[in-house]
Amino acid sequence: MNPAPLQLAAHGIPLAWYLLLSAALFSLGVIGFLIKRNVITVFMSIELMLNAVNLTFVTFAHQWHAVKGQIFVFFVMMVAAAEAAVGLAIIIAIFRARATLAVDRIDLMKL
Amino acid sequence: MHLILFLLFAGLCLAGAINLLLQSHPINSALSLIVVMTSLAVLYLLLGAEFLAAAQVIVYAGAVMVLFTFVIMLLNAGREERTLGSRAARTVGFPAVVVILAILATVILHIQGLGAATMQDGITSTEDLSTILFTKLLLPFEVTSVLILIAILGAVALARRGDGDTERLAGK
Amino acid sequence: MNASLHLWLIPLLPFAGFLLNGILGRRLPKALVSAIALLAPLASFAVVLSAVLASSSGLALPYTESCPIGWIHAGTLNIDFSFVFDQLSLVMLLVVTGVGFLIHIYSVGYMAHEDGYWRFFAYLNLFLFFMTVLVLAGNALLMFVGWEGVGLASYLLIGFYFQKNSAADAGKKAFIVNRIGDFGFLIGIFLLLATFGTLTFSEISAKLLAAPAWQGGILTVIALCLLLGATGKSAQLPLYVWLPDAMEGPTPVSALIHAATMVTAGVYMIARTHVLFDRSPFALGVVAIVGAATALFAATIGLVQNDIKRVLAYSTISQLGYMFLGCGVAAYSAAIFHLMTHAFFKALLFLAAGSVIHALGGEQDLRRMGGLRKKIPVTFWTMTAAVFAIAGFFPFAGFFSKDAILYAAFLQGAGGKVFWFVGLVTALLTSFYMFRLWYLTFLGESRNHEAHPHESPWSMLGPLVILAILSVGGGWIGIERFAAFLAPSTGEIPTAGGSASLEIGLSALAVLVALAGWWIADRLYRKQPETPAQWAAAMPHGYKLLLNKYFVDEIYGFTIVKPLLAFSKFLLGWVVDVAILGGAAWLLGGIAQFAAAILQRWQSGNLRSYAAWLALGAAAVLLFLLLPATLGLHASGMGR
Repeated sequence: MNPAPLQLAAHGIPLAWYLLLSAALFSLGVIGFLIKRNVITVFMSIELMLNAVNLTFVTFAHQWHAVKGQIFVFFVMMVAAAEAAVGLAIIIAIFRARATLAVDRIDLMKL
Repeated sequence: MHLILFLLFAGLCLAGAINLLLQSHPINSALSLIVVMTSLAVLYLLLGAEFLAAAQVIVYAGAVMVLFTFVIMLLNAGREERTLGSRAARTVGFPAVVVILAILATVILHIQGLGAATMQDGITSTEDLSTILFTKLLLPFEVTSVLILIAILGAVALARRGDGDTERLAGK
Repeated sequence: MNASLHLWLIPLLPFAGFLLNGILGRRLPKALVSAIALLAPLASFAVVLSAVLASSSGLALPYTESCPIGWIHAGTLNIDFSFVFDQLSLVMLLVVTGVGFLIHIYSVGYMAHEDGYWRFFAYLNLFLFFMTVLVLAGNALLMFVGWEGVGLASYLLIGFYFQKNSAADAGKKAFIVNRIGDFGFLIGIFLLLATFGTLTFSEISAKLLAAPAWQGGILTVIALCLLLGATGKSAQLPLYVWLPDAMEGPTPVSALIHAATMVTAGVYMIARTHVLFDRSPFALGVVAIVGAATALFAATIGLVQNDIKRVLAYSTISQLGYMFLGCGVAAYSAAIFHLMTHAFFKALLFLAAGSVIHALGGEQDLRRMGGLRKKIPVTFWTMTAAVFAIAGFFPFAGFFSKDAILYAAFLQGAGGKVFWFVGLVTALLTSFYMFRLWYLTFLGESRNHEAHPHESPWSMLGPLVILAILSVGGGWIGIERFAAFLAPSTGEIPTAGGSASLEIGLSALAVLVALAGWWIADRLYRKQPETPAQWAAAMPHGYKLLLNKYFVDEIYGFTIVKPLLAFSKFLLGWVVDVAILGGAAWLLGGIAQFAAAILQRWQSGNLRSYAAWLALGAAAVLLFLLLPATLGLHASGMGR
C-alpha cells in the first residue's frame, strides 16, 4: 500500500494521495464553516469545499480516462460562479439590514 | 519531477487552507484562498486537465475571488468580532469533522486498483472536452448560461438598495 | 342472448334530474325545472314499461344486470352493483315510477308558488333514484344503500319548510327513529354475511333451498333483525311515531314517500327476503302480531284526529299493518297486492287532501272544513272513490287486496282467526274514520267562512283522476292472477282448507263491516252532529287517550329519551368527554409542550450550530453506509 519513494518516481503518484488531499481540504472547509465568525469567510469555506470536491472529480476523471468528470467540474465551476454572485448579493443585503457580518448575530430564524 | 510538483503544490494547498482558517481578517483569508485555488490549478494540470486548470485560474482565482475581495472592501469588513459562538459547533461539529475525515481516509486507503499519475500521462485536450460539451451536452451548457443570467439578475435585484432598506437605515 | 334492458337507466335518470336541478336549479327558469323534474321519472317509467314489455314477450325472469365494475371485493366477499328485475321488482317499479310520475305532475301545480321550487323537485328526483335502487338491488347491501338514501330524501323533504321548527324537528325525528330500525337491518346484513357468506338474494335463496331441513335458529335472529329494520321504515309498532309527524312535509311528499312508496319498503324487504321468514315460523308470527297490533292501534288513534293529514297518516300506518299481517301469514303476494292498491288509493287520498288544503288556503283542520262537495267537485268525486276503496267496498281496489289478506289470515289456524278478527275490527274502524273524514270535509255546512274555496288547476286534478280510475279498477286483476304472476319471486299463498264459498262468505262479511262503519259515521256526523262531542264528554279519559295518541310520544320521551339524555350528559358529557378525553388531550398537550421546551434549544437560529448538526448527520450517513461496505470489501479482499 505504501510504495517506496523510488517506486514512486517510476510509477507516478498514487491517486489515493490526491483523494486524501481532497478529503483534507474538504474537512478544512467544514472546520472553516464551523469556526469562522465572518459571514464572508464562511462563504469562502464553502468555496473551499467545492474545490475539494472538484479535485476528486478530476482525480477520478484521470483514473477512468473519462472526459465526463472534467465536464462535471466545469459545470460545478459555472454554478459556483453563479452561487458566488447571488450569495455575495445576499450578504450585501444582510449587511444593509443588520449592519453586521457576524454570523452569530444573524440568528433571527428561531423561535 | 511529478512527485516534487505534487508535494509542493499539495503543501501550498493545505497551507493556504489552514491559513484561511487562522487569519482573522477576511481579506487575508481571501488571499489564502486564492493561493489554494491557484495550487489546485497546478494539480489539475498534473492530472492532465488542461482546460480546467485554465478555467480554475480564470473563473475561481480570477473572477470569483475578485468578487469576494470586492465585497469585502465594499462592506469595509474588519477583523472578526468576538462573539459567543455556538457550543454545538464545538461539541458536535469538530468530532463530526474528525469522523468524516477518518472515514474518508479509511475508504480511500481501502480502495483497490486505484491508478497513479505520471508525467507521461496524456493530457485531455480542450478540443476533446469542447467536442462533448458542444454536441452531447449542448442543452445543459445552454441551461447553465441561462442560470448564470438569472443569477446575475437575482444578484442585482438583491443588492439593489430598496426603499424599505433606506428607511430602516435612516431610522437607525 | 337477452337484449339489455338498461335497468341502470331507471335509477340514474332521476339522479341526473336531481343533479341538474340541485346544482343549476336556482338559476334555471321554473318551466325548465319542471320539465327536467317531470322528464326524469317519465323516462324511468318508460324504461320500466319497456322492460315489462320485454318480459311479457318471453324474457326470462329474474333478469340480472351487473355493473362490470365491482363494488367491494375483499377476500371471499364479492359485492357488485347488480340490479335484479323479477316479478316482485317489476310490480314495485311500476308503482314507484308510475305513481311517482303522477305525483310529480301534481307537485308542479301544488308547489307552484312555493320558494325553493327547484329544491323540492331535486329532492323528489333524489328520492326516486334511491327508491328504484332499493327496489332493483340484487343484494342486501345495495338495498341498504337505497334504504338509507330514501331515508335521507324523506328527511330532506319532511324538513322542506326548514324555517318552521316543527318541520325541522319532524325531519330529525323521522331520521333518528329510522336509525333504530336501520340498526336492526344492518345487524341483519352482518348476520346474513356471517351465515351465508354472501349478500346476494339469489345465492341466499339457493343456499336455503339446498338445505331444506334448516329451520329457526340463526334464521329467526336474522329475520327478527330484518323485521326491526322494516318496522322502522314502514312505521310499525313500536317505531311508528315518526310517520304522523312526517306530515309536516308538503302534501305531495306525504303522498309519495309517506304513503305510497317509501314506507312500503319494509313490506317489500320482507317479501324480498321471504325465504328467510319462511324458515322461521316464530319470526313470521312476530311479523303478523306486529302487523295486526299496529293496524288496530293506529286505527283507534285515527278515529279522533282532527288534522286531515294526520288521519290519513294513521290510516297509512294501519294499512301498513295489514301488509305486515299479510306477510306474517306468508301471503306475500297478497301483501304486495295490498301494497299496490294502497299506493293507488292512499296517494289519491293524500293528493285529494292536498287539493282540499290548497282550496282552503292551507287549512288542515277538519273542524274548519265542510260543505266542499259543490265547491270542488272533481276533488270530491276522486276522494270519494278513494274513501270507498280504502273502506273496502266491492268492487273498489281495496276490497280485493284487503280481502285477500284477511282470507289468508283466516286460513292460518286458530291464531290466524284472531288475526282475521283484529283485521275485521280494523276494517270497521277504517271505514268509520274515513267516512268521518269524508263527511267532515265535503258534506254538511261550511264551518269556515273566511275561505273562498276554488278548484285546483288541472295539473293537480289530472293525477287525481288517473289515480281514481286505478283505485276503482286496480283490484280487478284479482288476487289469484296476481299471486300466480308473483309466485316465482314470492312463493304461493298457502290456501289449504280454503274454499270458494268460504271466501265469498268472508268477503260479504267484510263488506258488511265496511257498511257498518259507514252507517255509524253517517249517524254521528250527518244525522246527529252533536253526538260525537257528547260521547267524548261522556268518556273524557278514553277520548283524551286517543286524542293524545295513547301518549306514546310522551312515554318514549320519558322512558327512552330522558334517560338517554341524562346518560349522555353525565357519563358521556362529564366522565368521557371532560375527564377522559379532555384529560388525555391535556396530557398529550403537556407532553408535547415539555418535549418542545427541550427540543426548542436545538433550534438556536445559529448558523454554525446548524452546520455542526449537518456535519454530524453527514458523518453518521458515511459511518452507516460507506464504512461497513468498505470494510466488508476489504475483508472479502483479504479472504481472497
